[in-house]
Amino acid sequence: MTKFIDLTLSGISSGAVDAAVALALVLIWRATRIVNFAQGAMLMITTYIASAIISSTGSYVLGLLVALACGLVMGAVVERILVRPVEGASPLNAVILTLGLYTVLVAVAGMIWGNSPRSFPAAFSLRGYKVGSTRLLFTPNDTFIVLTVVGVALLLGVMFRATSLGLRMRASAFAPEVARLLGVRVGRMLTVGWALAAAAGALAGVLVAPSVFLGPNSFDAILISGFVAAVLGGLDSPPGAVVGGLLLGLALSYVSGYEGSALVPMAALVILVVVLMVRPGGLFSTQQERRV
Amino acid sequence: MLEVEGLCASYGPVRAVDGVSLTVPEGTVVAVLGANGAGKTSLLRTISGLLPATAGHVRLAGQDITRAPVETIVRQGLAHVPEGRGVIPELTVEENLRLGGLFRGRDSAPLSEVYELFPRLEERRRQPASRLSGGERQMLSIGRALVGRPRALLLDEPSLGLAPALVAQIMGLVRRLADTLGLAVLLVEQNARSALSIANRGVVLNLGRVVVEEDAHLLTAEEELRHAYLGF
Amino acid sequence: MTAAVGLLRRHTLLRSLTIVAAVGLLLWLLTLGLSDYRNEQLARGAYYFAALAGLTVLAGLSGQISLGHGALMAVGAYTAALLIGREGWPVSLALAASVVTTGVVGIPVGIAASRLRGPYLAGATLALAVGLPSLADQYPSLLGGENGLTVNPPIPPSWLGSSFSLSRWEAWVAVLGALLVLFVLYNILHSGSGRSLRAVRDDEIAASLCGLRISRTQATAFVLSAACAGLGGGLLAAVVEQLAAKGAFGIQLSLYLLAGVVIGGLGSLGGAFWGAALLVLLPNWTNDLASSFSLSTNVSNNLPLAIYGLILIGLVLLWPSGIQGGIRAGRRSVSARRAHRRTPSSAA
Repeated sequence: MTKFIDLTLSGISSGAVDAAVALALVLIWRATRIVNFAQGAMLMITTYIASAIISSTGSYVLGLLVALACGLVMGAVVERILVRPVEGASPLNAVILTLGLYTVLVAVAGMIWGNSPRSFPAAFSLRGYKVGSTRLLFTPNDTFIVLTVVGVALLLGVMFRATSLGLRMRASAFAPEVARLLGVRVGRMLTVGWALAAAAGALAGVLVAPSVFLGPNSFDAILISGFVAAVLGGLDSPPGAVVGGLLLGLALSYVSGYEGSALVPMAALVILVVVLMVRPGGLFSTQQERRV
Repeated sequence: MLEVEGLCASYGPVRAVDGVSLTVPEGTVVAVLGANGAGKTSLLRTISGLLPATAGHVRLAGQDITRAPVETIVRQGLAHVPEGRGVIPELTVEENLRLGGLFRGRDSAPLSEVYELFPRLEERRRQPASRLSGGERQMLSIGRALVGRPRALLLDEPSLGLAPALVAQIMGLVRRLADTLGLAVLLVEQNARSALSIANRGVVLNLGRVVVEEDAHLLTAEEELRHAYLGF
Repeated sequence: MTAAVGLLRRHTLLRSLTIVAAVGLLLWLLTLGLSDYRNEQLARGAYYFAALAGLTVLAGLSGQISLGHGALMAVGAYTAALLIGREGWPVSLALAASVVTTGVVGIPVGIAASRLRGPYLAGATLALAVGLPSLADQYPSLLGGENGLTVNPPIPPSWLGSSFSLSRWEAWVAVLGALLVLFVLYNILHSGSGRSLRAVRDDEIAASLCGLRISRTQATAFVLSAACAGLGGGLLAAVVEQLAAKGAFGIQLSLYLLAGVVIGGLGSLGGAFWGAALLVLLPNWTNDLASSFSLSTNVSNNLPLAIYGLILIGLVLLWPSGIQGGIRAGRRSVSARRAHRRTPSSAA
């Protein structure tokens, strides 16, 4: 029984991280109809930067804030310079572009920091909570992870629904030409969308780094689970991303606990394929299938 | 107010707008008529900047807006209600309306003015725009344009898909807006008869060029012209 | 002479045999003169070619981008390593088994892939690239876990002499495999099936209206490319590197393959040749570059990857229609030139 509770709780924690990555992917997809395959590599770079800040100043908070800021800048720069030319073109171009960016970022990280993974500090204690006489695997740090991700998701939700900026961003995503006719600077909104998405990714990177260790390829797995979570929830739906992330986190946690952690990537693949075959729009699909 | 001079624009090798000139003074309605594919929609898209002009000029209240970006043209006071109305279905009625005034900030029209004009929209203000009927969507798109307090209004086929009674209503509304707000209205229509019934002048396009430009009542009266170009 | 050329032009089979024979002869002569090191590189290029050729046919002709072919190479590699190392099979049979096994694995993957488009297909195959090699950790006793499976090198047959260079033999076997892939794919490309593939890529709706079974065509293309990747992987493990370890088949390999295919030109067998050459030679050049500039090992190890990434980005930004349009434009200009040659008197 304890095992089930442990797996459930750790599923929620890892699911929160998947949700953050999924949120990043969904924000970018909604704005520019592109799957950002470089997301994992981008958040890897911001996490390395956070690591450098934390080692030199000793402040976790400063490291986290700098990572978020770098995420904002990186997302904006990537959209403006690399992605803008391929928006609206054949999807194949965007796929190859983001994969090329992923490749360059991983290589550059290897050049600067080497290919051996290093440790990354956690914000809070990594000792599990004690309930009665049993010690759970769920830690205060896990609580921090879940609360932060949920908090950020809610904040983004409020921003989108209640502010003019959010309204402009949604309009730019849903109907860019009409939005232009209403005086919305659509290009700018797309840049902001990418910046926010990259910041969400940066958050995920810092949160998950203590458990996956920090290396150029450490975040490949959460890119994939983030993608699966986004598809599961529906690529058009930010709330879907959060729900999808949590559900996927739980599912993969059970697979890891009962079958073995090496099967987790394959399990993610199977879930992805099943969702794409059965309900390609995801759980929260709102758009109609544009099939001839 | 709105001056178009020798305007040209192309889709690739095809000349969609071929040297069109016309003027829309304040408080008047100019109807742009012609068969499908004559270049009416392309003309509006070129004026509002969605389609880049390859030659010619567009002036709004004396300011040259010919090759300006869309967002700038809109800020200068040009509103374009596109073909199909351009209502954003994922947003609510109120959100659609608010969107129309964001660029104007504090100078935008309060939504209450629009709700007075279109009480039906007020009833449905929190509903997603996808639930609106064709006529309601037309009201929404015009109301949304008005929130931005435009000086000139481009309307692309507002009567499309609407029942005749509604068409008459919309046309009457457009006339009133031109008269009371002093808007310069450029009205593209397939339904030539109803457009000419409220217009001051009529311009007929064919293959991107102006073939007839005349006072509206004369166009309606001249049987030969009517039969040749307007189908009635 | 013109009669012979005309004959070749009309009969794909003859043409492919001629090409394969000519290339084979050239490469055989080459192996006689190359050093051991260079022969090994040739062998490496050969197994890359096998995988790249299959992938380029898939991508260029049926419009499917797969990021999972590194994992499929792993399937072929582990199959060959298991059969040779544990069961003592001869190399040729083990390689045949690699082809079959990977082809079979390619069937469910291909069926799923045929229903997916663009980024969904890329994401799913990326998940495959990470998921499949992880299985080595799940079954460590069978698959050797982190360290993988080692294989004894293939022994040249006795009639070649006891001092026959091992590297040369490896090159012969690998090149033979590559030639086989070239032969099969060339025939398919220039046949009716090739045309169906192109039709499906260019306009799915039109193709389906013509009655082409799209899913089946695309799934078949996938299985075919998987089989080629399987042969490539088998050659890698059994012949050239004598090792099947999951670390070699991660995302990096799939990205190398993608780069090779995109740079060489999607859908072009000739491009697969250049891509293979690039994959083999670039690490050497960057190593030389790094040592002449005294760059650290970190930099020199990651330099090829950085260059591939920059080239991919550059290609997309500078030649946006090129990724798919380039093939069509190239073919159009070739046929236009041919038409012009036939009617020299035409004005335009």
